[in-house]
Amino acid sequence: MMLTELTIAAAQGGLRRREFSAEELVGAHVAAIDRLNGRLNAFITVTSEQALDAARRADAILAGGGDVPALTGIPLGIKDLFCTDGVRTTAASRMLEDFVPPYESTVTANLLADGAVFVGKTNLDEFAMGSANITSAFGSVENPWKRAGDAETVLVPGGSSGGSAAAVAARLAMGATGTDTGGSIRQPASYCGIAGIKPTYGRCSRWGTIAFASSLDQAGPMARTVEDCAILLQSMAGFDTRDSTSVDIAVPDYRAACGRSLKGMKVGIPAEYRVAGMPAEIEAAWEQGIAWLRDAGCEIVEVSLPYTKYGLATYYIVAPAECSSNLARYDGVRFGRRVPGASLDELYEATRREGFGAEVRRRILMGTYVLSAGYYDAYYLRAQKVRNLIRKDFENAFQTVDVLLTPTAPSPAFAQGEKMDDPVQMYLNDVFTVPASMAGVPAMSVPAGLSQSGLPLGLQVIGRSFDEESVFAAASALERAAGFTHRPAVRAEVV
Amino acid sequence: MTYLIEGRDGPWELVVGLEVHAQVISQSKLFSGASASYGGEPNTHVSLVDAGFPGMLPVINRECVAQAVRTGLGLKARVNLESRFDRKNYFYADLPTGYQISQFTHPIIGEGAIEIELADGSTRMIGITRLHLEQDAGKSMHDQDPARSFIDLNRAGVALMEIVSEPDIRTPEEAGAYLRKLRMILRYLGTCDGNMEEGSMRADVNVSVRKAGEPFRTRCEIKNVNSIRYVMQAIEVEAVRQVEIWEGGGSVDQETRLFDPARSETRSLRSKEDAHDYRYFPDPDLLPLVIEEAWVQDLAAHLPELPDAKCQRFQDEYGIPRYDAGVLVAEQATADFYETVARGRDPRLAANWVIGDFFAALNRTGRTIQDSPISADALGGMLDLITDGTINGKIAKDVFEEMLESGESAAEIVERKGLRQVTDTGAIDAAVQAVLDKNPDKLAEYRSGKDKLFGFFVGQVMKAMAGKGNPALVNEALKKVL
Repeated sequence: MMLTELTIAAAQGGLRRREFSAEELVGAHVAAIDRLNGRLNAFITVTSEQALDAARRADAILAGGGDVPALTGIPLGIKDLFCTDGVRTTAASRMLEDFVPPYESTVTANLLADGAVFVGKTNLDEFAMGSANITSAFGSVENPWKRAGDAETVLVPGGSSGGSAAAVAARLAMGATGTDTGGSIRQPASYCGIAGIKPTYGRCSRWGTIAFASSLDQAGPMARTVEDCAILLQSMAGFDTRDSTSVDIAVPDYRAACGRSLKGMKVGIPAEYRVAGMPAEIEAAWEQGIAWLRDAGCEIVEVSLPYTKYGLATYYIVAPAECSSNLARYDGVRFGRRVPGASLDELYEATRREGFGAEVRRRILMGTYVLSAGYYDAYYLRAQKVRNLIRKDFENAFQTVDVLLTPTAPSPAFAQGEKMDDPVQMYLNDVFTVPASMAGVPAMSVPAGLSQSGLPLGLQVIGRSFDEESVFAAASALERAAGFTHRPAVRAEVV
Repeated sequence: MTYLIEGRDGPWELVVGLEVHAQVISQSKLFSGASASYGGEPNTHVSLVDAGFPGMLPVINRECVAQAVRTGLGLKARVNLESRFDRKNYFYADLPTGYQISQFTHPIIGEGAIEIELADGSTRMIGITRLHLEQDAGKSMHDQDPARSFIDLNRAGVALMEIVSEPDIRTPEEAGAYLRKLRMILRYLGTCDGNMEEGSMRADVNVSVRKAGEPFRTRCEIKNVNSIRYVMQAIEVEAVRQVEIWEGGGSVDQETRLFDPARSETRSLRSKEDAHDYRYFPDPDLLPLVIEEAWVQDLAAHLPELPDAKCQRFQDEYGIPRYDAGVLVAEQATADFYETVARGRDPRLAANWVIGDFFAALNRTGRTIQDSPISADALGGMLDLITDGTINGKIAKDVFEEMLESGESAAEIVERKGLRQVTDTGAIDAAVQAVLDKNPDKLAEYRSGKDKLFGFFVGQVMKAMAGKGNPALVNEALKKVL
């Protein structure tokens, strides 16, 4: 049995039946990381020893039998944006190269409380700013997928949770945490042929997760199946008094929702997502998804989200504005990198020039600009108004439908070096994912098939606020219909 | 009273508005659980939130909100049931997150007013524009080391109320009266200790001048003035400076200035061009602050009696003059002390003693009412002895001094020293006779019409009786014999 091929759901059973030990399960993934991380660069920090220790403790608990916590012995990757107690947390930035937090984020603490084993901290775009995982100070991540007949070209895994997506796709971890600000879970999930959900804003606590754009950031799981995502989100989600924006409502049984019948479910197809110049294969995958859901008993309804076209422009005002303020704390005074200067201003300038990469600096500049006196009303205030209209769009649509179906991204994974000279081209990768982020509603990417070049394509299911259950139900149906069994060229069992 | 600055071209009027930063009395900071208490070793009252660590989030402290609402109620101001927190962005080493969480567009408290009283007895209303909650910064220390600065974050994140007045103030005296009254109200409410030396209350002073009837001219803001006296001085010198500029044909630049009390001048800190662009925007880590009307009502119901109301009640209930009532309510502790003394006694006698000998004694011994050597009950006990005729007013002064010294009760002192007033008419008559016998010449003068000598005889008798004679009985006995 290839332990690295198992789903989390299957591994839970195998561990409890003692078909294999947690040490064996974690060991198989640690070995895969040893072999492949040098190439994929999916992890910034590998914690093999701690993971194997934790696995042995998990085995002791499993040996005791009885009611064992859900994730006992399950090896996970943790995006290096979640602060982990005693384990270096970098945000993929030189600024935090040696930062070891003395605290554990709420989301990872929840996973640990449920018995999960962390095999390492996954790579990402610096401070989660990027769509290709090429802005990391620790080097780019390679997508484990290859174009058909082209073993050479290195493809990007998407971003910003590119390390998590690559690790899960290449079987270096059974699942991983991601964070999604404008598509950072869904787009890399789509590029790497795995599932990933951005839950409703407020569903997972942001406490202890390094902030990019506070009003948009939301943690979520990435795994190879929809059900595995449901299992992980069950553990990650929940109200936290330490995060004023987390919401105090019960977390339902997500795993049960995966098996729910779709009979009578209304699925909206937003007209505005048929953007000009969308590749035919993306269009085709979308049509296929519509047909699958119709076959599963859904009623397909055309809907309109007229403000969608302003989503990206609005996002690139709101997110940089918040980031420019959130990243002010990296000043070299109390923690992280410090480059000395003759005066306080020089210390700031030298530290931030050396500590931040080009994309982070670009966004801080944009954000500072749009918040400046004289520009605030024209940019930030107007963007907030448009954001409310986008939110209204979704509310209106959800008056008549239960979920929306769209493509996740306008293309499959592209090659490193492509789209890199023009930041705006890069930002367009998020055109389908950003509106749900702006509205705060849950959205999930699920693999639907392969492009003509043999690369995975994802479909996106968007649901009502706090109705992740319908999202899981629809995504599960798509997953079953797609029968996506393709695997990437680079993966654990391929030597 | 008009306060005019006589310029070369005629009189100029003064326009002043005050922004007071008042540190909220609370157990913990505005957005973290760290202690908000004053003092402590540097960087010992600091949570990860206060230090701005990655991923840390603010959570509003309910008690700080309650204190702001109480203050708003005390200022008779509008309480906004929905308010918001904004980020005020600027870089400084003692500002860990790079932004101060404040309330820019939607403060928790709206318009209110304070009535001030001036030396001539007149009163004026000074408008309150708003009160908002915000975080304090830490402290930079540049004098500990030749090359380095040190940062103490104990105060970083402590709750402040910024209380902004309308530009209604027209004289330095009014500014002083406003600050004293505001401080009195805050202390009564228990929402700020008003201690300007420790920095728990500081004022930014906005000053401009204009000719009568003109609209406002450009103002300058004098930052962080830390005593009422300095505020009044700063206003005076800044107004003169501005008048000189206008009359010299120049124009006043809007800028931030500092007051240097040693040189009695204000100096430019930064001009408008260098002014920070604070890039205010709503803090996305915090939801709008929504409070319930019922909660506000409950806080209002439990508000202590405030100085104006107490002053009126003292006049009505105790029949004491407005001036005396004003003196007694200046501090809550004094008012409480007075009420304890006055309860069940002659309230005017009580007021005279508290304001007179008692205050003088505190001044003389450098004590405060909190560590007064004579308790209110002890002072009351002494007044009882006066009222029931055990001692007279003159003896009472000696007894009071003795109480101050020994801490004994008045009754104990009277017993120990045998100071009980003599009401035995036989003894008084004997003393009277002895005095008359000793002073035949004076007696003759008196009888020939020199009435004024009556006082001389009273004095002699009292002296002969070591001051213990009952003055009324002594008078009576003398009149009878003379």
